[in-house]
Amino acid sequence: MSGCPANLKANPLLSRWFRLDQQPVVGVRSGKVELGQGVSTALAMIAATELGLDIDQIDILPADTAHGPDEGYTAGSFSVEHGGAAIRWAAAQVRELAAQAAATVLGARADQLVVEAGQFRRPGHNEGVTYWHLHDRINLDVSALDLAAPVLHGGTIDNAQMQRPDLIGKLSGAGFIQDMTWPDLLHGRVLRPDHPQDRLMTCDEASARALPGVVAVVRDGHFAGVVAHSDEVALAAIALLRRSAQWERGAALPVDDGLNGWMDHATPVSTCFLDEAQPEKDCPIQHAARYSRPFIAHASIGPACAVAYWHDGQLQVWSHSQGIYPLRRQLARTFGLEAEHVNVTHAHGAGCYGHNGADDVVLDAALLARSVKAPVMCLWTRADELSWSPFGAAMRMELSAGLDANGQILVWNHAVWSPTHLARPGFGDGVNLLAAGDLAKPHARPPLADAPRPQGGGDRNAVPLYDVGARKITHHLLPQGPLRSSALRALGAHANVFAIESFMDELAGLAGRDPLEFRMAHLSEPRGRAVIEAVAKAADWTVNAPGGEGHGRGLGFARYKNLGAYCAVVAEVEVAETVRLVKVTAAVDAGEVIHRDGLLNQIEGGIIQAASWTLKEAAGWTQDGFKTRSWADYPILNFSEIPAINIVLVAPEGAASLGGGECAAGPVAAAIGNAVAHALGVRVRDMPLTPERITQAIHA
Amino acid sequence: MVTTQTSGIGVQSQNLIINGTEVNLSVDGEMPLLSVLRDRMDLKGSRIGCTEGYCGACTVLVDGKPVQSCNTPVWSVTGKAVTTIEAVDRHPVLAEVQRVFIGLQAAQCGYCTNGIMMTLAGLLSQSPRPDRAHIVAHLDERHLCRCGVHARVLKAIDQLLSHSERASA
Ligand code: FES
Ligand code: FES
Repeated sequence: MSGCPANLKANPLLSRWFRLDQQPVVGVRSGKVELGQGVSTALAMIAATELGLDIDQIDILPADTAHGPDEGYTAGSFSVEHGGAAIRWAAAQVRELAAQAAATVLGARADQLVVEAGQFRRPGHNEGVTYWHLHDRINLDVSALDLAAPVLHGGTIDNAQMQRPDLIGKLSGAGFIQDMTWPDLLHGRVLRPDHPQDRLMTCDEASARALPGVVAVVRDGHFAGVVAHSDEVALAAIALLRRSAQWERGAALPVDDGLNGWMDHATPVSTCFLDEAQPEKDCPIQHAARYSRPFIAHASIGPACAVAYWHDGQLQVWSHSQGIYPLRRQLARTFGLEAEHVNVTHAHGAGCYGHNGADDVVLDAALLARSVKAPVMCLWTRADELSWSPFGAAMRMELSAGLDANGQILVWNHAVWSPTHLARPGFGDGVNLLAAGDLAKPHARPPLADAPRPQGGGDRNAVPLYDVGARKITHHLLPQGPLRSSALRALGAHANVFAIESFMDELAGLAGRDPLEFRMAHLSEPRGRAVIEAVAKAADWTVNAPGGEGHGRGLGFARYKNLGAYCAVVAEVEVAETVRLVKVTAAVDAGEVIHRDGLLNQIEGGIIQAASWTLKEAAGWTQDGFKTRSWADYPILNFSEIPAINIVLVAPEGAASLGGGECAAGPVAAAIGNAVAHALGVRVRDMPLTPERITQAIHA
Repeated sequence: MVTTQTSGIGVQSQNLIINGTEVNLSVDGEMPLLSVLRDRMDLKGSRIGCTEGYCGACTVLVDGKPVQSCNTPVWSVTGKAVTTIEAVDRHPVLAEVQRVFIGLQAAQCGYCTNGIMMTLAGLLSQSPRPDRAHIVAHLDERHLCRCGVHARVLKAIDQLLSHSERASA
C-alpha cells in the first residue's frame, strides 16, 4: 500500500503494536526502545494524537521479541522519523476500526462520531463507548496492508507542559534493569582481563566454588564467571579467580602516542567513493591540514546489566540493548537454538549513546544461567564498563583544497582513516558478542565492515554540504585497532565535521573572509542557510570580530548524515591554560517537532557530551593494557565547566520529523575548535583540546 | 521492626534507622551501605554506578549529610538516620527538590539523578544554606552525569535557591 511506513509494512499485524484490553488505557508496543532519550514519550504522544486519547491513557509496553514489532535498532536518530511514522499510521487504522465498531454499538455512522479521551460519541451526546469497551468487537489481528490508508490526524497533542511519564517513577525509586528482582534471583559476575589481547588460560575454580554462597563457577574455553546467592559473594569469588588467573597475551599493542600514530602501520581497505573531475582553472590558494580524534569511551553511568533465565530449553532474557531482535538472532546462533526459543524483553538501562556493553552482558548472563535453574542477573564492573564496552573509533582526517584568487573553493579532498564504527551484533555473518569468541567452540566475528553509505560510519558526514567544486572523498577503513570500536553517538560525523568546519575557517582566513560569510558564499542549500542565519542572529555574530587576547568565538555547521537534522552552533570560549566554554548557541532544524522539551533536552545533552569529548576525553592503552579502568582515568565535563546554552528551533512548514539527538556533535566540536583558534591565533587540530595541546600550540 | 538474615563471614547484628524505621540486620559490617539498601532492604532508588566513590549515583543522606553509600561500610552508620529517595514524601526539602527536577525535566536517563537530588536535599537543609558556588563545587567533586543534563541541574539549583530566598525573606 503506498504511503504505509516501512516499519509497519515489515510488521503489518496491528496486534503487534496495540492492545485494547487494558482498561482504562491503550497499550502501545514499539520496537523503538527507551534509552534515556525520552523516545517513549514522543511515541506515546503520537499514538495519543491519532487515537484521540489523553497522554495518560497510553501505556507504553516494554519492547519484546515475542509480542512486539521488529524495528531493528534504536539508533541513528531514526526513532521518531521511522518508528513514529509507523505508530501514527497504525494508530489511525485502529481508530478507524474502533470507530466502525462504535458506530454499530451507538447506532450511528462512523464518520459522524467524535472521539475524545478514548471515548467515541455522537456530537451533542454525553454517552459513548471507549476503546477498552470495544476491545472484543475489534479484531487487531489484521494486516495494516489489508486496510485502507487511514486519514492521519497529524501533528501532536499540545506539548508545552508535557513531562515524561517514565521519569517520575525512576526519580522516586526503582525503574532500571539493575533494579529487577525475584525471590530466586541469583547474581552473576564474569572475569575479564585488563589487557585487550589477554585470554584466560587457567584459574583456581575450586577455591571460588568453596566460597559459601557460590552456586556455580562457569568455565567455557577462555570464558569464566560465577553465580552466587548475592552480588558481594559473586564479586568475592571473581576476586579469588583473578588472583589465581593465568593469562596468555596475544599480539603486543602498538605505542599509544595520543595522535593515532598506530594508524601508520595498519593496512586499510580504501574506497574513493566520490571522485569528480578536476577543474582546468588554476588554484592560486592551496591549503592542506590533518586532524584527529582518539578513541572515546562510551562511559555509561550505569554498569551493563542483563538477566537471563533458561527453562524448558528456552532462553528468556531482559536487556537494555538497542536492538532486541538482532540480539535474539545472535543468541539463537550462539546457542544453536531456533530464534523462537529465545525471547528478549527490553528493560530500561542507564543512558545509552550507541553500541555499549548491553548486548555483551546478555551473553555473559545466558552462559552463567545455563548452569543453574533460576534467573541470573549479571552486572559488569566499572572497570569492565570503561574498557570492554566498545569505544567510539579513533579517526584521522586529511583535507586539502584549492581556491581561486577570489576565494572560491574549486577543489576539495577529504580522506578519513578509521577502524569500524559499526560492530553491532547482527551486522554481517558471525557473532559479535564479546564472550562468543572466548568459548571452547568459538564463534567467529563477522568480517570487517563499516556502516554503509549513505549514512556511513567512518565516512559519515565526510562529504561537505558546501559547494566546493571538484570533490574527492576517500574512506580508509582500518582493521580493528588496539581497542574494540563500534557505534558511538554520531559515529564519524563528530570528527569529520570537526575537520571540515575547522578547514573552512582556515580557508576563510587564507581568503581574508569572515567565517560566516565564507560559508554562506559556498552554501546554496536553503535549510542549511536558514540555520546558519538563525544561529548568527541568536549569537549576535559580528562579521570579522577581532579575536586573540584569549577570547574567541567560532562557528560549526552540518546536516547530520547529510540527510538528517540541520544544526549550526556558535561557541564562545575563554582560553588561558585551559579552554573555558562560556556559551554555546545552537540553531536546529529537526523538521516537525513532536515533543519540544524532549528534543531540547536531547540537543542540550548532545552539546554537553560533545563538548566533553572535544575538550577532555581520550581512551588509551599502555603495554599493560587498558588505561581507563575507573572514572579517575577518564574525566568528563563537570558541573562548573558547563556553558550557558541557548537553542533555537527552526523548521520550514510541513517538514517531516527528523531525530535531534546526534546532530549537534560535529558542529559543537567544530565551533569549539574554531573559537579556540580565534582566541589564540593558532589552531589545535587534534582532539581533545587539552591544556597540554593548547600550550604546545602557543609555543610551536 | 524489620528483621532479615543472611549467612556469611563476619556477620553481625546491625541496628539501622532507614527512612525513619528501625531495622535490625544480620550482615557483615564491612558490607557497603548501598548493597544493604538495594539487596537487603529492596530500596532500589539509590543506584549502583561505579561503586568506587566517583559518580555519586548511590548518594543517600546519613544524619542529613550527603554520603556515597557504595563506599560507606554499614557498621559506620549504625544508630544513624539513613534517608533514601524512597522517603521523598516525608522529607520536605527532598520533595521540593524532586518537584523542581520534574518541573524542569532535569533528567534524561535519570540514572544519576537521584544521587544528585539527595545531595541537593542534604546541602539545602543545612543552615546556613550554602551558596551556589559551594553547591556546584560539591557536585563537581562527587557527581557525574553522562547524558549531559548539567545545564538543567544548574537551573534547578537556581530555582531552589531563589525559592529559599523567598521563603526566608
Ligand atoms: S556508585 Fe557510589 S560513587 Fe559511584
Ligand atoms: S541523566 Fe543520564 S547520566 Fe545523568
